[in-house]
Amino acid sequence: MSYPTDYRYTKDHEWIQVEGNRARVGITKHAQEELGDIVFVELPSVGDGVQAGANVATVESVKAVGDVVSPLNGTVAEVNDSLESAPETINQSPHKDGWIVVIEISDNSQLDGLMDAAGYEAFIAAG
Amino acid sequence: MRYIPNTMQDQQEMLASIGVSDLEALFRDIPQEIRARFRPIGLEPQSEMEVAETVRSMADRNEAAARVSFLGGGIYDHYVPSIVTHLLSRSEFYTAYTPYQPEISQGTLTAMFEFQTLVCELTGMEIANASMYDGSTALAEAVLMAVRLRKQSRIAVAASLFTQVTRVLETYCWAADIEIVELPYDERGYTILEDLPADISAVALQTPNAFGIVEPLSGIKERIGDALLIVSANPLSLALLEPPASFGADIVVAEGQPLGLSMGFGGPLLGLFATRKAYMRQMPGRMAGRTIDAEANVGYTMAAQTREQHIRRERATSNICTNAALCALAATIYMASAGAQGLRHVAALNLARAHHLADRLTALDGFDLAFGGGFFNEFVLRIPGRAEAVHSALEGAGFLVETPSALRAYGLEDCLRFAVTEKRTQEEMDRVEEIVGGVR
Amino acid sequence: MRTLFDCRCSEYGGGLYPRDDNAMQAVDACVDANLLRKRPLRIPHLSEPQIARHYTELSKRNYGVDDGFYPLGSCTMKYNPKLNEDTARLPGFAGLHPHAPATMSQGALQVLCDLSEYLKGITGMPGVSLQPVAGAHGELTGMFLLKKHFERAGQPLRKRILLPDSAHGTNPASAAVAGFSVTQIPSNNAGMVDLDGLRAELDETVAGIMLTVPNTLGIFEERILEVTQLVHDAGALCYFDGANLNAFLGKARPGDMGADIFHFNLHKTLSTPHGGGGPGAGPIAVSEILMPYLPIPRVVQEGDRYDLVWEAADSIGSMHAFYGNFLVAVKALTYLLQLGDEGLREVGENAVLNANYLQAALKDAYTLPYNGLCKHEFVLSGKDLAEGVSTLDVAKRLIDYGIHPPTIYFPLIVREAIMIEPTETEGKETLDRFIDAMQSIAREAATSPELLHEAPRNAPVRRLDQTRAAKEPILTHPFSEET
Repeated sequence: MSYPTDYRYTKDHEWIQVEGNRARVGITKHAQEELGDIVFVELPSVGDGVQAGANVATVESVKAVGDVVSPLNGTVAEVNDSLESAPETINQSPHKDGWIVVIEISDNSQLDGLMDAAGYEAFIAAG
Repeated sequence: MRYIPNTMQDQQEMLASIGVSDLEALFRDIPQEIRARFRPIGLEPQSEMEVAETVRSMADRNEAAARVSFLGGGIYDHYVPSIVTHLLSRSEFYTAYTPYQPEISQGTLTAMFEFQTLVCELTGMEIANASMYDGSTALAEAVLMAVRLRKQSRIAVAASLFTQVTRVLETYCWAADIEIVELPYDERGYTILEDLPADISAVALQTPNAFGIVEPLSGIKERIGDALLIVSANPLSLALLEPPASFGADIVVAEGQPLGLSMGFGGPLLGLFATRKAYMRQMPGRMAGRTIDAEANVGYTMAAQTREQHIRRERATSNICTNAALCALAATIYMASAGAQGLRHVAALNLARAHHLADRLTALDGFDLAFGGGFFNEFVLRIPGRAEAVHSALEGAGFLVETPSALRAYGLEDCLRFAVTEKRTQEEMDRVEEIVGGVR
Repeated sequence: MRTLFDCRCSEYGGGLYPRDDNAMQAVDACVDANLLRKRPLRIPHLSEPQIARHYTELSKRNYGVDDGFYPLGSCTMKYNPKLNEDTARLPGFAGLHPHAPATMSQGALQVLCDLSEYLKGITGMPGVSLQPVAGAHGELTGMFLLKKHFERAGQPLRKRILLPDSAHGTNPASAAVAGFSVTQIPSNNAGMVDLDGLRAELDETVAGIMLTVPNTLGIFEERILEVTQLVHDAGALCYFDGANLNAFLGKARPGDMGADIFHFNLHKTLSTPHGGGGPGAGPIAVSEILMPYLPIPRVVQEGDRYDLVWEAADSIGSMHAFYGNFLVAVKALTYLLQLGDEGLREVGENAVLNANYLQAALKDAYTLPYNGLCKHEFVLSGKDLAEGVSTLDVAKRLIDYGIHPPTIYFPLIVREAIMIEPTETEGKETLDRFIDAMQSIAREAATSPELLHEAPRNAPVRRLDQTRAAKEPILTHPFSEET
């Protein structure tokens, strides 16, 4: 599994798929590997405001807790409720079915600071 | 030194392996300035034989331990079966660490699982942790949990909690900027729930309370809106009484000392903590969970560790690390030894003896029960004009009874509190009646 | 593994308590029927032989210090002297009610006073409270003292606690419970506090720093005096986590290093048993300026009389129902009385000797991220073992060698960390056996890694499914449906 080239990436190991004025966010393959088997996901509520750099969701494995940091300012438009009964979806399909939230973007310029796929792969290789 | 196996030769060989000349060289990383300030504590080493004698003589200077006791207030003089003490002395239990390596800690983990189950049985609640330090910190942690869940930094607390529990709660709430509103009690000893303040995260009650009165819990949950109902209960009383869960309690805590622990001058004790399954992620403390291994053998392991400090750090549900594991084991073995019927039996003995003594004493002129509500194994007598004299007479005759000043904190004058456990005999109670009757 | 609830019940015939046929009648007469339990407790009754067998069997599926080597870094799993167990069981202690009059509890109050004096001596600090009942509880008490101090000093903005990235999880957790926010400061390449990083954070919003000395890498902060000076100059205070006191017992004192608060773990340094997770005790020592805030009640001595003092205007209040874990204090006092100054010094010397000996012997087979003199513990990394072999595998394989694994994956700043603390109560023979086992495992990692991956084989259960335990928590015995 390689990193989709049409996604953007953050240093906190989130991926962002831009869909018009919305951003679908999840955690990367690298992140779910580090965490191990995911057992619980704490989701925000639809309508919650989010700020770039602030915690928007939490992903728990047996031995660790991973913060999902919002890469953008905006409002939560959708949450992936299926993760409540099947958190392991994040391990199985981190870049697709394991999406976590969709954010309605309020400041498009924030997208500019994000890495592309090649940049992210170099970032994790550097360790 | 007896506890150090290394010989001087071993030390020399090891120093050579490391590549240093002497032991002092191993401390060269500590700045000389600090080494120079060091002072010994001024204690000569003593042999085991001498220390045994020294410490024994300290134990012998606690005459209260040998007296017949009617002291209560949260800690009680109960009988501890011999089997509990013997099994607890197995070094595989008491010299073991926290079970972070479950494959070699199935003993500790299985016992934790049993303990959790027993606590749920007593309290009626869905889940319980593997213990907290004591009943007072368990209540404080319950309040912190309620505030995390409901987000109001105000709670309502019955004025009839034990003084030591209130003190600890006040300290924790001061530190967390939580306002405590005190709820008064009526002439029966029951908490008055009229005029509950608005915007509270929890209402906390104790049953039996500091006056020994069993608080009727029916209807309370329905009256407190969104607030959580926290009940602190005497665990032995729960062998006889309908558990708090049936009345909608959200968190139940208890001081577990009555379940097979010695009094030990107040420590170590045992905090019980139980709550609803829905609140599992907010519950402090460690828990054992059941699972299987690769060969489908049933085993136990620490569950939901991501709530705890070693993973969540500053976002943990609590900072608690050690709990009261060995005390929880003692309580587990005790409850297993007694079984449901034995617990019912001993609880009934407590209640019966307390009521017998109360009946005999209130038959005397000038002695009345201070409160009208029902009680378990503890009661308060009002003795106008003579409480001090009665106390002195009983103490003079070799008994232990709490002083009238202990109840002054509740605004009660001329009162004495008596706790009567299964250990109090007919002869002892007759003697108490005799002495008390002779006080003018 | 069977639980109590899987055993076959026997009939209850009384026997623990005196018969009293009137007792249940009294219950019915005195208690409102609405308040009585409707459904019986599902607690099985077992005969005493069954109880003895069940818990004896459970004990055999455990591993204690008496069973073998227990090199858990940061835990100080030293031998638990048996005299301590006997003194704590003396009826004059065990049978003493905490509300008993002070005049009739003089022996117990003397235990508390004497132990306090020795703890002051060990730390070189003037104030002590024995009330905290665990290390984390001592930390919390310390944080409450800081809060009170800055409230009194009219400096409410001091709401931040600094701690190194190598800190134990209870440190930030305790700070957070007390309402402080936490700022991490980095460690330098030598594993010590980065002074520039520290300077950058010190301002008038900092209440204090929480340090473990030596740190969780087992390395002594050589510039500790500069660190504490910088913090004091910024108007803040220094909390020392005393979990690693075994490293310099009898050689140095935290009060001489600039500590304002220091907590002991009696169940680590002072040999009281861990009990499978408690009870321990976490007394604190404090510097002069914090003494007014110590918890109540306080134990005081006047001549040969001891008493409890409840009035103290600036005290934070009480952290525990009574006087702390008194019976644990008895054990610690018993230990100190045997050791004396000479014994304390031998503890520090042998603890550090044993750790350095192991470090020298194992640094080639494993990776040693910080290669210098260690104190009582040191940290290896398993990151350079054969491909696909983790520290977890090494730990599980050690179980097959009959040795309890060291602490793993802590501190967080070392990848694949293995933290080893032998303590002074192990001899060279045991240490050599451990070295052989660890070297053998390192070889197995390269030649037959499946031995590690499938470990442990010699344990009552194999690797347990932690994911399942976390996803579908079963926290109580699943009783079958009631009839």
